[in-house]
Amino acid sequence: MTPNLHLWLIPLLPLAGAAINGFLGKRSSRPAVSTVALVFSGAAFAMALWVVSQFSSLTLPYIETLAPWIRAGSFQVDFAFYLDQLSLIMLLIVTGVGFLIHIYSVGYMWEEGGFYRFFTYLNLFMFFMLTLILASNYLLMFIGWEGVGLVSYLLIGFYFLRDSAASAGKKAFIVNRVGDFGFLIALFLLIKHFGSLNYAELAHAIAPLHIETHAGLFTAIGILLMVGAAGKSAQIPLYVWLPDAMEGPTPVSALIHAATMVTAGVYMVSRSHVIFDRAPSALTVVAIIGTLTAFFAATIGVTQTDIKKVLAYSTVSQLGYMFMGCGVGAFSAGVFHLMTHAFFKGLLFLAAGSVIHAVGGEQDMRKMGGLRTKIPWTFWTMTAGTFAIAGIPPLAGFFSKDEILWQASRVSLVYWGVGVFTAFLTSFYMFRQWFLTFFGEYRGEAHSGHGHDSHGHDSHGHDSHGHGGVHESPAVMLGPLVVLAILSVVGGWVGIGNRFENFLAPVFHSTATISADSFDAPAAESTSTASPAAESSNPEPKNEESEKSTELVFTAISVGAGVLGFLLAWQLYYRRPGLPAEIAAKLGGLYYTVLNKYYVDEIYAAVIVKPLIALSSAVLWQGIDRGIIDATLDGSAEGAREVSDSMRHMQSGNIRSYAGWVAAGAACIIVFMAWIALAAPWAAK
Amino acid sequence: MVPLSYYLILSGILFACGVTGFLIKRNLITIFMSIELMLNGVNLSFVAFAAQWHALSGQIFVFFVMVVAAAEAAVGLAIIIAIFRTRETLNVDQVNLLKL
Repeated sequence: MTPNLHLWLIPLLPLAGAAINGFLGKRSSRPAVSTVALVFSGAAFAMALWVVSQFSSLTLPYIETLAPWIRAGSFQVDFAFYLDQLSLIMLLIVTGVGFLIHIYSVGYMWEEGGFYRFFTYLNLFMFFMLTLILASNYLLMFIGWEGVGLVSYLLIGFYFLRDSAASAGKKAFIVNRVGDFGFLIALFLLIKHFGSLNYAELAHAIAPLHIETHAGLFTAIGILLMVGAAGKSAQIPLYVWLPDAMEGPTPVSALIHAATMVTAGVYMVSRSHVIFDRAPSALTVVAIIGTLTAFFAATIGVTQTDIKKVLAYSTVSQLGYMFMGCGVGAFSAGVFHLMTHAFFKGLLFLAAGSVIHAVGGEQDMRKMGGLRTKIPWTFWTMTAGTFAIAGIPPLAGFFSKDEILWQASRVSLVYWGVGVFTAFLTSFYMFRQWFLTFFGEYRGEAHSGHGHDSHGHDSHGHDSHGHGGVHESPAVMLGPLVVLAILSVVGGWVGIGNRFENFLAPVFHSTATISADSFDAPAAESTSTASPAAESSNPEPKNEESEKSTELVFTAISVGAGVLGFLLAWQLYYRRPGLPAEIAAKLGGLYYTVLNKYYVDEIYAAVIVKPLIALSSAVLWQGIDRGIIDATLDGSAEGAREVSDSMRHMQSGNIRSYAGWVAAGAACIIVFMAWIALAAPWAAK
Repeated sequence: MVPLSYYLILSGILFACGVTGFLIKRNLITIFMSIELMLNGVNLSFVAFAAQWHALSGQIFVFFVMVVAAAEAAVGLAIIIAIFRTRETLNVDQVNLLKL
């Protein structure tokens, strides 16, 4: 007997919080606003925990239909929620990390204007994100998908008086729109060919189809879905919005732009694994995009000096890892990394926020340093996060990253090689940040709590803090840091002995066997792409021994890459702090290219944005809008006015002229009658 | 017997005189009389045709027209007097209120 879980409550609780704060928050006190926000997001987390406690008694997937939404012939979409192992993990991440970040935000945003607005958006985000995760069909997922995009826009532009924040919000929204376009087309293709958007029905409809006959269709859908995922999850070529999104408050960067929203693309691709399993070319595209993104973003991260920008590029890079995992068919490895990344990247952002808070709004790492002893709690939690992301065992990042790299190596050593090099870069830039921030001498101005106006980030919200000197954050901010730090340390242990993978196996397994069947006949390329998914659930016993030793070697190499990154950062930024500048000078052009993010923004501006604006203003605005639409309206109005003007003179008030018109009209009628009688073609002759 | 055409020509002349007077005269009373002239021009053609075709309906129509004309004369003269009282003129060029 499956109990009724009332899943619908989970998204609706934060929505209720958002509604209360949104409508009443302006007149409420800060404690009241934060209580409402915390109670409702905490209730969602409690519900999620309760769902976990009930999980073993469920028949999966558990589907809860609330109400019909769209009924058009045989096509129907319902308000329905879907729970399986994958959505359970996402549910825990979103509500758990989300709740922690809510707590942290109370401390972080306490002094800020727009306190109630912030928590309204944050709760609204939880609602949309949970809708995205729990939806039982792509259309409901799309609602959540668009909703988180909207809230992301609102929160990036939270300090909307600052021009850069407002335009960063717009950029995020517009770039996401490009991805959403691909997602929508993929949904249209699904509707056209399968007449449904329900996961369950789609899986049922797709399962019997073989790759030989439907590869084209699935490849098209897969690539379009990937376009959508690339927009939301900031992958090449649509990643440009995420670094700019750091204009938002730091808890937002942690929640939306690191832990949850940007992983929606990974979730969506994993959710669509039925399609991707049958589209090896699309999977290859996913893997290549992921690998390239991981590498390029990591190189940019090495040169950044803004503490949040480093983390932003790191997020892009880690998302690339997740897509690499999905792309080689190891969806569970991708989701595993998604989970650990949510822990340690959420932690890193929150800790960075705590650092920024401590130094009074400064974000430039070159003006930090020596903070180790001044803010020990932040230091130790951030240390946990840094070691986790660098892939040092036995912290969380090690297990998930190693799993992805191992799976990638079984498909192609190129993915593995780039992945390991990226791991080295990751470790390097993270320890660079760690050393720059916490070690050496403090390089900021004394008592930088005041005089913020002289800073580059002068309008950052923390300028209002009325304190002097470096200081530790309040307990309400440190609590979530500690919890996340513990999770970053132990969170990866669930992956020991493939437990995580086995837990997710029912989600990905059913199709893995199918794809293994359908791969018996076709080309070798497709076999090599998708078979790991099949093999990993049914490892062949005879190779197990040799595989184990190979895996150990690969693990050692990736750990070595992480340690190497640490040593290099230690050498460059701790022992000889003058050296990086010399190296940068030697590298010259290459360094500046990377520092300026490969000029991607400039290239996009020149190739896409400027022509688009020129086209819009010259043709669409001046030509079509002004020239045709406005001209038509103005012309008809002008014409009507002129005709009326001439007609007006007929009505002069002069009775004799009226009589003249009557006589003239009568004369016309008489002439017409005479013509009809005598000269018209039909006149009776 | 006088031919029909003579009556019709006279009727046409009377009507034309009425139209001309209606269009060119400025005095309201003259205009009023021109209208009567037009009506009588039409009346003449009615009775001429009635006599020609030995049909009584033409004659009856003329009675109707006369009755209407008498009523119109009563109402019209009342309007003219009202106009003269308010505006102290009967020149239609100065009575030009029939406009927006």
